[in-house]
Amino acid sequence: MSYTAPSDPVNKKPVKVAQLCDLCHCRKAVLKRPKNLQKLCKECFFDVFETEIHNTIVDNKLFHRGEKIAVGASGGKDSTVLAHMMKFLNDKYDYGIQIYLLSIDEGIVGYRDDSLATVQRNQKQYGLPLEIFSFKDLYGWTMDEIVSVAGIRNSCTYCGVLRRQSLDRGAQKLGIQHVVTGHNADDMAETVLMNILRGDVARLEKSTSILTSSKGSPIKRSKPFKYCYQKEIVLYAHYRKLDYFSTECTYAPEAFRGTARELMKNLEVVRPSCIIDIIHSGENLFLKPAAGGRRQGRRRGPGTTSANTTSTTTSTGPVDGSRCERCNYLSRNRICKACMLLEDLDKNRAAVTIETDTSHDGAAKTLRSLERLAF
Amino acid sequence: MANVTVEFLGGLDVVVQKQRVHKLHLPAEVVSVGDLIEYIASTLIKNPRDVAVFLEDGGVRPGIITLINDTDWELEGQTEYVLEDNDVVSFTSTLHGG
Repeated sequence: MSYTAPSDPVNKKPVKVAQLCDLCHCRKAVLKRPKNLQKLCKECFFDVFETEIHNTIVDNKLFHRGEKIAVGASGGKDSTVLAHMMKFLNDKYDYGIQIYLLSIDEGIVGYRDDSLATVQRNQKQYGLPLEIFSFKDLYGWTMDEIVSVAGIRNSCTYCGVLRRQSLDRGAQKLGIQHVVTGHNADDMAETVLMNILRGDVARLEKSTSILTSSKGSPIKRSKPFKYCYQKEIVLYAHYRKLDYFSTECTYAPEAFRGTARELMKNLEVVRPSCIIDIIHSGENLFLKPAAGGRRQGRRRGPGTTSANTTSTTTSTGPVDGSRCERCNYLSRNRICKACMLLEDLDKNRAAVTIETDTSHDGAAKTLRSLERLAF
Repeated sequence: MANVTVEFLGGLDVVVQKQRVHKLHLPAEVVSVGDLIEYIASTLIKNPRDVAVFLEDGGVRPGIITLINDTDWELEGQTEYVLEDNDVVSFTSTLHGG
């Protein structure tokens, strides 16, 4: 599968004064920014959009000179724009960072293999080093195998839990301590909404932070697109003719997330600023019990605290956080979620292996124990 | 009787036989973008179940970006826009994962 750029419309009509860009007043405006309803031409939009992200990075001191960062690259629109933007801003403003593309191969035939081909093209287009880690290598399971055992309804739970860990593991193997992801304003507002709907107080407060680093985890995560509308990211990719992959995941229609997303999109039609408003509300929401105890990072009973604690300034290394007893990965419980899910899977696989492939079972076990040694 | 190019991007091509670019010779009664959208729903989308991916309550579904000659249709009068020869109308879905 190769990339075909969207066509360049050539229908040039005389431009009326009312159609001119609000900033340069000389070119035809092509979009209305959802944030502030400003009408901009392509060139001014590029400039404003890139500068806003640069300002977000500088204001929040996301990077320091000499830092190695891994861009979580799926080949989708957000991560493709992110990879392009990181490279572009690093060259333009000289952050002095080293950028790597880090991809996770979940093992979903007909979806991930195609999107990884996109990442591989991006690697060449941007000249960035690419590393791919697969679920199969890390956990001994592909998503297709997991779905065949656990059923399609749980697919996103498994995928989400395992993917989150695998990005960290991949980064650690590369000696990188900072993973940058393409989460945008829509994603963040949606998360805020979902946490409100679920009443998940512990997550609500930290869900809007741009940089998270948990005590005990050497890997920080940041979201430079926190304030970027999905719509603007897609338009940016469209106008810049970036090569991105866009197909719905084979297993996605069963996910819960869709409902909050639909709500958001309908809200956006009525009032485009609502996305940024929800993020703003989320940022300014401080829970009462946390007000006094935030410094110490203790706001709930023992055993549930460590993973909730976020400190945006320092990552203290593996000293304080509680870890999974099996894989040594950061976890608020004794056994981390991934290990619990895998344990359930292994039980079920024992029952179904007669019909299916058994040869990789031993190898997978060895791999996983090696994985533990590496930690 | 306009000749227009219609593009389905961002994964939306699944509803139109996975073909991203459609060059259409429109019948005389299709005048505006609103007419074009109805025309697409009734002729280009073969599977009636796929119409819901493209339309919601008779309008383009929220989350799909509509561009007329690369300009957001909000700035062109949305469904009122009168099509001309060689216009390019594109629909880009933003709904799936990134």
